[in-house]
Amino acid sequence: MNRIDAKFKELKERNETAFIPFITAGDPNLSVTRSLILEFDKKGSDMIELGIPFSDPIADGPVIQSSYYRALSGGIKVSNILEIVKEIRRESEIPIVSMISYSILYKNGCENFIRNAVKAGFDGATIPDLPIEEAEDIIETAKKEDFKIICFVAPTTTNDRMELIVKRSQGFIYYISIVGITGARNDLSDDITKNIQNIKRKTNLPVALGFGISTPEQAGMAGKIADGVIVGSAIMREIEKFRNQDDNILVNRVGQFVGELVTSTKH
Amino acid sequence: MSTITTKEKQLKEESCEKSLPDKSGHFGKYGGRFVPETLIPALEQLEREYLKAKEDSKFNDELKYYLREYVGRPSPLYFAKRLTEKLNGAKIYLKREDLNHTGAHKINNTLGQILLAIRMGKERIIAETGAGQHGVATATAAAMFGMKCDVYMGEEDMRRQSLNVFRMKLLGANVIPVKTGSKTLKDATNEALRDWMASVKNTHYIIGSVVGPHPYPMMVRDFQTIIGREAKEQIQKAEGQLPDYIIACVGGGSNSIGIFYPFIEDTGVKLIGVEAGGLGFDAGQHAATLSKGESGILHGSLSYVLQDDDGQTSEVHSISAGLDYPGVGPEHSYLKDTKRAEYVSVTDDEAVDAFNLCAHLEGIIPALEAAHAIAYTVKFAPSVAKDKIIVVNLSGSGDKDSFEVAKKLEMKI
Repeated sequence: MNRIDAKFKELKERNETAFIPFITAGDPNLSVTRSLILEFDKKGSDMIELGIPFSDPIADGPVIQSSYYRALSGGIKVSNILEIVKEIRRESEIPIVSMISYSILYKNGCENFIRNAVKAGFDGATIPDLPIEEAEDIIETAKKEDFKIICFVAPTTTNDRMELIVKRSQGFIYYISIVGITGARNDLSDDITKNIQNIKRKTNLPVALGFGISTPEQAGMAGKIADGVIVGSAIMREIEKFRNQDDNILVNRVGQFVGELVTSTKH
Repeated sequence: MSTITTKEKQLKEESCEKSLPDKSGHFGKYGGRFVPETLIPALEQLEREYLKAKEDSKFNDELKYYLREYVGRPSPLYFAKRLTEKLNGAKIYLKREDLNHTGAHKINNTLGQILLAIRMGKERIIAETGAGQHGVATATAAAMFGMKCDVYMGEEDMRRQSLNVFRMKLLGANVIPVKTGSKTLKDATNEALRDWMASVKNTHYIIGSVVGPHPYPMMVRDFQTIIGREAKEQIQKAEGQLPDYIIACVGGGSNSIGIFYPFIEDTGVKLIGVEAGGLGFDAGQHAATLSKGESGILHGSLSYVLQDDDGQTSEVHSISAGLDYPGVGPEHSYLKDTKRAEYVSVTDDEAVDAFNLCAHLEGIIPALEAAHAIAYTVKFAPSVAKDKIIVVNLSGSGDKDSFEVAKKLEMKI
């Protein structure tokens, strides 16, 4: 069974919400990325969303964009990221989902990327700039490799589109909790509960909530209404804060923050 | 008899205009809609409203009114007698888009889109700009219709085009400097798309070229075809025939598609797009996307792109801020692959020489973008028989480039 499915099944039995931290691969470097993922696993995270840096992201806010920029300045390639995931797999079975721009996927060849990603130990991907209409082929290709293409539902998504998205999405549904780009916000919108209930009426897949969740309190609120909580920019901001310090201090401090997020998500 | 022919021709033209892109916004394999889910409903609404407006005579009459009374259309098709004599080859006509209000072809599109934005009930306009011509055209239309306007512009472009930055501010627009990436047009486009993701409910994003997700490449093209439709009529009046060649510069590709499109079915007319060869074809030294790029995704559509083997966008260079862009409109990619149009490039130096030549011989200072089209004409026309006709799209005025050219020529203003 795919690690994502297995994890959600296990969590469902325990009646627990998944906590899913996002980090950019290669910021500040890939060895720290590896240490962070292992640390997040130890702190009780259920899954990792690993961002593959892209020079021109449009779905990401300034925090993640500048982390991409820093990672690319270090000369990082997709092949290096696959290598580091392979290394992580020697020590951890935590499900890892890549977040990858379709620009990079297209250039690397969808089939080629999926095959290599599965071989390295990735379990699925989110492709933020690939709408459902263009995603059919890649979802079919991915199914053959038991690789999950996780699709997005936004607050602006119409009912008709939602039907199509939940039908095609694999692994889980990524619900975008705010209109806009990724980035830490101060409060969660009231419509979220209503929208998540609406999605759940249409599918048995788990629904994870992401975009704009920045504090343990918000993670706690999100954890009550969704099956999974994704935090990205807030974690990347912590990494940015400690990036000039010793790697161990960085991993330790960011791990501590993730630990708090895990606790309040699951409380 | 002749009325029937005209009507048939009109019908033929209309059916051609409807054939591409297909329903999902593809020109062959190019185009499409590669943007986050949040934006899809807005793009669907925009497409719906645009297709409705296109059939609405009230909308079309209003646009025509502003193009005539405010922009000053039709723009002349001017026989460049001295340039023709100097090059001693084909007859050269210049389509004077530089004479439009705001000094370039960009206003054709911004007026169309702002009327659409008003129809959709949007209150705020955003735009990206490279050379600043699109920013100025957007700020102008926004001022005229009393709408709030934010323009994203790369810091490097703000330096190169300080005059246009000042003009936008005079027109009441807020110019937002973009400090990310290469600090040029591509980064300004990223920022504008990001803004739109968060503001889509009350904001319309006026993309300035035939790039971006569907329906932009189609819609911007349609608004710009006024150039080609006029040119066709004008050349027939002046010469009693169609031109043999049409030459236009290609950055994103809106002025070129605007003049090419009404001639697409006239296969006797050769269409030549001129890209920015910059300092030469080493990586990072040029912006000749169609000549040197490969297919990839940038800013929401599949098209030729300059990128590395991992899909990261390459650095590009051109002396012309309007051509300094690593992507190109998807329809141009389609025209290249189907060989309906040919794409060439000229260097920064050749463009500056043409800039000077046009000023000296014709008393017209062209934009550096348009100077690329003239530069290729300078190379090409002498080899063409004297009874042949070349129409060059002079897409904008060079007033904005005075400082940049003075710097290049080491002259003080």
